[in-house]
Amino acid sequence: MIAPSPAGRDRPANVRALSAKDEWEETMIPGSFSYHRPASVADAVKLLSDLGEDARPLAGGHSLVPMMKLRLATPAHLVDLHGIAGLKGIRRDGNNLVIGAMTTQHDLLASDEVGKSVPILNEAALLIADPQVRYRGTIGGNVANGDPGNDMPALMMTLGATYRLEGPGGAREVAAAEFYQGAYFTALEPGEILTSISVPVPPAGHGYAYEKLKRKVGDYATAAAAVVLTMAGDKVATCTIGLTNVHETPLLAADAANAVIGTSLDATSLKNAAAAAEAIMSPAADARGPVEYRKHVGGIMVTRALQRAAANTK
Amino acid sequence: MNDMTPTREQRTAALEGMGCKRKRVEDIRFTQGKGNYVDDVKLPGMLHGDFVRSPHPHARVKKIDDSEALKVPGVLAVITAETLKTVNLAWMPTLAGDVQMVLADGKVLFQNQEVAFVVATDRYAADDGINKVVVEYEPLPPLIDPFKSMDADAPVLREDLAGKTSGAHGPRKHHNHIFEWTVGDKELTDAAFKKAEVTIKEMISYHRTHPSPLETCQCVCSFDKIKGELTIYGTFQAPHVIRTVVSLIAKLPEQKIHVIAPDIGGGFGNKVGAYPGYICAAVASIVTGKPVKWVEDRIENLTATSFARDYHMTTEIAATKDGKVTGLRVHVLADHGAFDACADPSKWPAGFFNIVTGSYDFPTAHLAVDGVYTNKAPGGVAYRCSFRVTEAAYCIERAMDILAQKLNMDPAELRLKNFIKSEQFPYHSALGWEYDSGDYHTAMRKMMETTGYAALRKEQAEKRAAFARGETREIMGLGVSFFTEIVGAGPSKNCDILGIAMFDSCEIRMHPTGAGIARMGTKSQGQGHETTWAQIIATEIGIPADNIQVEEGNTDTAPYGLGTYGSRSTPVAGAAIAMAARKIKAKAQMIAAYKLEVHEDDLEWDIDGFRVKGLPEKFMSMKDICWAAYNSVPPGMEPGLEAVSYYDPPNMTYPFGAYLCVMDIDVDTGVYKVRRFYALDDCGTRINPMIIEGQVHGGLTEAFAIAMGQEIRYDETGNVVTGSFMDFFMPTAVETPHWETDFTVTPSPHHPIGAKGVGESPNVGGVPAFSNAVNDAFSFLGSTHIQMPHDYWRNWKAAKELGAVA
Repeated sequence: MIAPSPAGRDRPANVRALSAKDEWEETMIPGSFSYHRPASVADAVKLLSDLGEDARPLAGGHSLVPMMKLRLATPAHLVDLHGIAGLKGIRRDGNNLVIGAMTTQHDLLASDEVGKSVPILNEAALLIADPQVRYRGTIGGNVANGDPGNDMPALMMTLGATYRLEGPGGAREVAAAEFYQGAYFTALEPGEILTSISVPVPPAGHGYAYEKLKRKVGDYATAAAAVVLTMAGDKVATCTIGLTNVHETPLLAADAANAVIGTSLDATSLKNAAAAAEAIMSPAADARGPVEYRKHVGGIMVTRALQRAAANTK
Repeated sequence: MNDMTPTREQRTAALEGMGCKRKRVEDIRFTQGKGNYVDDVKLPGMLHGDFVRSPHPHARVKKIDDSEALKVPGVLAVITAETLKTVNLAWMPTLAGDVQMVLADGKVLFQNQEVAFVVATDRYAADDGINKVVVEYEPLPPLIDPFKSMDADAPVLREDLAGKTSGAHGPRKHHNHIFEWTVGDKELTDAAFKKAEVTIKEMISYHRTHPSPLETCQCVCSFDKIKGELTIYGTFQAPHVIRTVVSLIAKLPEQKIHVIAPDIGGGFGNKVGAYPGYICAAVASIVTGKPVKWVEDRIENLTATSFARDYHMTTEIAATKDGKVTGLRVHVLADHGAFDACADPSKWPAGFFNIVTGSYDFPTAHLAVDGVYTNKAPGGVAYRCSFRVTEAAYCIERAMDILAQKLNMDPAELRLKNFIKSEQFPYHSALGWEYDSGDYHTAMRKMMETTGYAALRKEQAEKRAAFARGETREIMGLGVSFFTEIVGAGPSKNCDILGIAMFDSCEIRMHPTGAGIARMGTKSQGQGHETTWAQIIATEIGIPADNIQVEEGNTDTAPYGLGTYGSRSTPVAGAAIAMAARKIKAKAQMIAAYKLEVHEDDLEWDIDGFRVKGLPEKFMSMKDICWAAYNSVPPGMEPGLEAVSYYDPPNMTYPFGAYLCVMDIDVDTGVYKVRRFYALDDCGTRINPMIIEGQVHGGLTEAFAIAMGQEIRYDETGNVVTGSFMDFFMPTAVETPHWETDFTVTPSPHHPIGAKGVGESPNVGGVPAFSNAVNDAFSFLGSTHIQMPHDYWRNWKAAKELGAVA
């Protein structure tokens, strides 16, 4: 008989790469891992670089921890970012809103600055999961994880946001629109951490809407569309449209946006926009519905978001 | 009389007896996180077990290699079917007369079937061990569609049954056939159809779903080698039955088995049967000499233990052209998965599905049920319903709507025309039941008046016209449902489980100070027994409910009973409680007569004590009688004040209700909104109206979930695609509609307090109300029947197929 390990934590790590579900498992108990809590971005970067691909940064943990419980992710090391001062907070920097990566969805909702200058973030944050998750879940984790189901990535693309990535080679800025390469594949290099997001503040009086169809609280979108636009008289002057969970990455629907610019959102142009958006969607069939349905409602979300955005311009 | 003397009303109120909205006493601990559940049980040296499960729905198991697993720190043992064979426990009997593999014996027959049990010092080590067990499989073709199960070339699933041409319920027609069960007069029914003016026929499916209690199935088994005693803490809805089953299959003397069901976090039928986890934990404890805990996780719960429904009901009604029903013919294809593990009373392979004539006066009916095997999880349990009653109610309520549509009649009007009339009770149904009491017309009319049914129909007509004109993309449906349940299993003449008659029991012991303890053979899983059982006793013997401690779940202390499921607790144990209380009262009357120096016939009961007739000042309270029972009983009488009653009910009880769902559906997205839901329940005498309301809210929420999206779905290769709460629809408070509740009271004539049971009515009546609302919404576009579940995409698909969406 082998002596029990007191907390079950000091056994050799079960090291496997993320998503390498090479053998059948049915479990809700994570494997062993080592826990690190660096006090600075530099320390975190060093840990992640030294430990290599066996290490994962931990933000709110609401994507990573469930995957660890299913052993779809079996990192040997977790590098918790909660001990790093300065990764949290929302500040106005000229015409940009700069949001620290460890800012929670709840912090976004509680921020007057967000409500005033980029209200669509507020609207979308309210549609993410439930209050308990929003107290823990961070905006950095939401955008950096590369999960096509997450709401914030398409929003960041729509708003033209850039991400600040800090790694062994220093810091760099990457546009949200350039960041997503595939499901769970992003521009993040080994050892890099997304530390903040810079969102250009849309012009005063802009119209916005995030339309998300979901089956229930806590669900990912069956399809969702983000719209930010400005009007000149009764015509659309500028328009950007982002799409959530209808492709392996978030999408910018440029053709759909072009289809309504210069129009008064009449029935034909709305129909053209929906069709243009649907043309770039390639959702997976799942319990939310077959491909045809998810594309169809994706088009409806675009239409509804356009109409609501136009209606709330000031 | 001075001002301090309580009035009769105050004395009655002080008892908090029947009819009182007494607050749930168990909630004091539940709402403070102080409940004591199985996972709170932590015994010294306790080990943890967990399962290696099959990825394949159908495969031969070529080899199980546990050598690497045994090297994992903390892993102590890996139990396989070969281990279990040494104690003759590789297979276990099911409650339905079938046998079931405890661990894969040569083959696996459903995805996530238990293959090996890893025992370790903690749950993490157990799961690390699971990862290191290497199982070699040879995949076999899976059989997923029950309609193909009896094809000539269908794969043979149950090799253990090779050559067996009959099973527990008669002849088998095919190697994947389990039973055929027929009820009713076929000839008479066929004749009724032959001369019918109008007939309808529809295949109505009730999809596979799962009871999914928040607390999953779990146990702690502790075998004491010195005493030869096995203690099992478990999530058991029927702890006494579990003790007997363990005794029979493990060949342990029954007095050496102690089964304790502590607080249970919901059961809904999931926790009636016996599962491989219980057997493996017990064997592991015997093998290791240590207590062993097994706790099912969510995926395991949804995919391996006890699904519900999966009934495919080809339904025909014969009627006159003015809407009088003349015959009912139903054929059910019942998918039981890999093993028939229903938890029905022994003689009822399809439960009480022969309640399918519902609330209507069918002169003749015929029912045939074929049970089949498929490569899916075993079961067929009663998910918040009496055995197969939800399926039956859905079948007939949907079929009545289909008939109404064909006759161009209002569905409420068709029901009113065919209801069993109040003067026909006790009513003998064409399929063999004796309905105890009912007043269906009153309930239905009350529903229609309260909801403004006629105005809603008018609004619907206007909305349909507006839809046709292209002014709205929303359609409106009214879902009428009128159900009759059959609960309270059951009379020993027709109900037993493994040969044990389905009585229930109560023991009451009064203490000298006017307090007492009462124990029952039932087991609350959230129903609030600690509250309501005390209320029955309070009214019966005049002791405040607060002074009665209710205790269930420990087989060493509670009298034998068959447990809590199928809404049987109030009809059966509730009666035993009243009968035990009346024995207490009878002895109390003798003591009071002695103390008041009168003949007992000169006493009359007065709320909380006995009074001498005509002498209002001569009164002895029950509290004082309790004291006297311990110091001054009449000469020749034994001291003490306690009683036990075992109640064998003379009949089932038949609760009923009238429900209405008002729903709006956006055809472009399929998104529905339940605008209104009205539920009128008649459960006979009402013990605690607040608990009834809570039961109705809970049952309606489950009905809503089932009808609108909750399903256990397999893809064509046998993978479960709804194995977590992300995809298995579990509504939150946000999705759940507002419930309007109402009631009528038609007491059961044969029950001591007239109560019928209510816990499951809302699930039984709710599902057809939701489904009828969806179907009613689409009917004007030309549909007859749309199968459940009615989730968004399927509503859109229906709209598309009906041409309402481009």
